[in-house]
Amino acid sequence: MAVKTFAGVEIEVNDEGYFLKHENWNKEMAQEIAEEFDINLTDEHIKILSFLRSDFESKGSLPTMRRMKKVGGIPTKDLYRLFPDGPLKKACKIAGLTKPASCI
Amino acid sequence: MILGAGTAGTMMANHLARKIDHKNWNITIIDEHKTHYYQPGFLFIPFGTYSEKDVIKKKADFIPKKVEYISEKIEKIEPQANTIKLENGNSIEYNILIVATGCKIVPDEIDGLTDVSIWHKDAFDFYTFEGAMALQKKFENFKGGKLVIHIAEMPIKCPVAPLEFAFLADSFFTKKGIRNDIELIYATPLSGAFTKQNCSTVLGHLLSEKNIKLIPDFNIESVDSNSKKMISFDGKEIDFDCLATIPTNMGDELIENSDMGDELNFIPTDKHTLQSKDHDNIFVIGDATDLPSSKAGSVAHFQAEILTHNVMNFIKNKPLKPDFDGHANCFIESGFGKAFLIDFNYDVEPVEGKFPFPIIGPMSLLKESRLNHFGKMAFKHIYWNVLLRGLPMPGIPTQMKTWGKKL
Ligand SMILES: Cc1cc2nc3c(=O)[nH]c(=O)nc-3n(C[C@H](O)[C@H](O)[C@H](O)COP(=O)(O)OP(=O)(O)OC[C@H]3O[C@@H](n4cnc5c(N)ncnc54)[C@H](O)[C@@H]3O)c2cc1C
Repeated sequence: MAVKTFAGVEIEVNDEGYFLKHENWNKEMAQEIAEEFDINLTDEHIKILSFLRSDFESKGSLPTMRRMKKVGGIPTKDLYRLFPDGPLKKACKIAGLTKPASCI
Repeated sequence: MILGAGTAGTMMANHLARKIDHKNWNITIIDEHKTHYYQPGFLFIPFGTYSEKDVIKKKADFIPKKVEYISEKIEKIEPQANTIKLENGNSIEYNILIVATGCKIVPDEIDGLTDVSIWHKDAFDFYTFEGAMALQKKFENFKGGKLVIHIAEMPIKCPVAPLEFAFLADSFFTKKGIRNDIELIYATPLSGAFTKQNCSTVLGHLLSEKNIKLIPDFNIESVDSNSKKMISFDGKEIDFDCLATIPTNMGDELIENSDMGDELNFIPTDKHTLQSKDHDNIFVIGDATDLPSSKAGSVAHFQAEILTHNVMNFIKNKPLKPDFDGHANCFIESGFGKAFLIDFNYDVEPVEGKFPFPIIGPMSLLKESRLNHFGKMAFKHIYWNVLLRGLPMPGIPTQMKTWGKKL
């Protein structure tokens, strides 16, 4: 466990920098986290982060790319364009969620 | 009523036929196919180790006499009416439903893969009998080139099968004396060789030792059948002379028709009791669930013992037991007459040790051995004669034990 400061607030994160409590997140923090990946958040990014968070809050688990396409209407190609190289890992980190585990 | 007479449904029919009070209950099982395939045997068909006779038997031979067996396609479940609809238009009511309709590959999910110019000609699956047979023909005359083993999307049933396929291909072409003419590539959407960290490290080493190139994080978008290339969502390309792919695995359309599944038609199921999350009198077993346990016959076997207990409890209005721990026990063929064995559950990763008994074993966990290979080959006999009949596997407990393991 470690502590990092985002948007002036101290946040508990795990060894890889993922939020321990997703409730602690807000949109201002998102831009700061995104800078780690050289991503400048646009409305398109925000739409994806919002879907990730609302789906996580209602289901209790992170969506797969297939679910994001089918339920969230987010084409997989867009995910790769907006969050290159490992879109789900990056988007979840920026959205203040846990790291997606690979399935069994 | 049991839907699906595959591995899990057949086991449930056998278990319940022995336990249930036949004066008050009727057991019905429904399946559209008349043949029972020993799916784990598909892995050995391309390499000529197994043929048709090893993997095919009549389903009816494994259904107990006291169980009514209907050979029809199921169209949908209507859970509010406690009814199922068959394709032939008939409806049947149930009191308790067990869904065991498994999962299957859906190659059409990948653009271009099933183009007639390449499907089962240069691009194959080995998760169906037809695919495995076609690949056997291909390998008979395969002289050299790029052989790519590929996973489209997780989860898949028997997640170790593609790795085993890669190891067996290395062994097969070495024995044929043409291994040097074949480039072996293993492409996966995962970040490593396998889903479980410990295994991934051990098996990842084995890939490089055997000169099989690992391409991780490859998320396929389409296949270009003209140039024989796979293309990923982020524009990476892998070309092939022969492709052995595991396409997307999905639950049956009947689950979608019934509006009971997730985006892959897997049914939301309680992790420990196997009761459906949405309907109290519906239970789900085997590959049809959305559980984070492996989709494997051995897992279905452990689930069947627990589910039998829970169905009996449900009948008697007793509380369900939350006993399923995600236990899986899988052999991993590693080529040249050797194999690994892994044993794990929801919480405990595969580790080294001895199995099923501490120190004496005789099988070794997470280590390569000849004895493990004999275990794997004996599984065929155990499957047809012990597992399907719903009998206990000697020495192997339903819940995972930590004894003998280096935790
Ligand atoms: C290549 C390969 C290798 C494998 N190796 C191993 C291994 O080494 N060890 C291991 O433990 N497991 C292995 N498995 C996995 C194992 O075969 C499955 O996990 C197991 O068969 C699952 O049982 P099930 O009853 O859930 O599904 P299935 O056995 O697939 O049965 C589902 C049944 O439902 C029927 N059905 C579906 N939809 C309908 C419908 N609409 N109407 C009527 N009937 C329907 C089907 O006809 C089928 O008979 C392997 C699988 C493959 C493909």
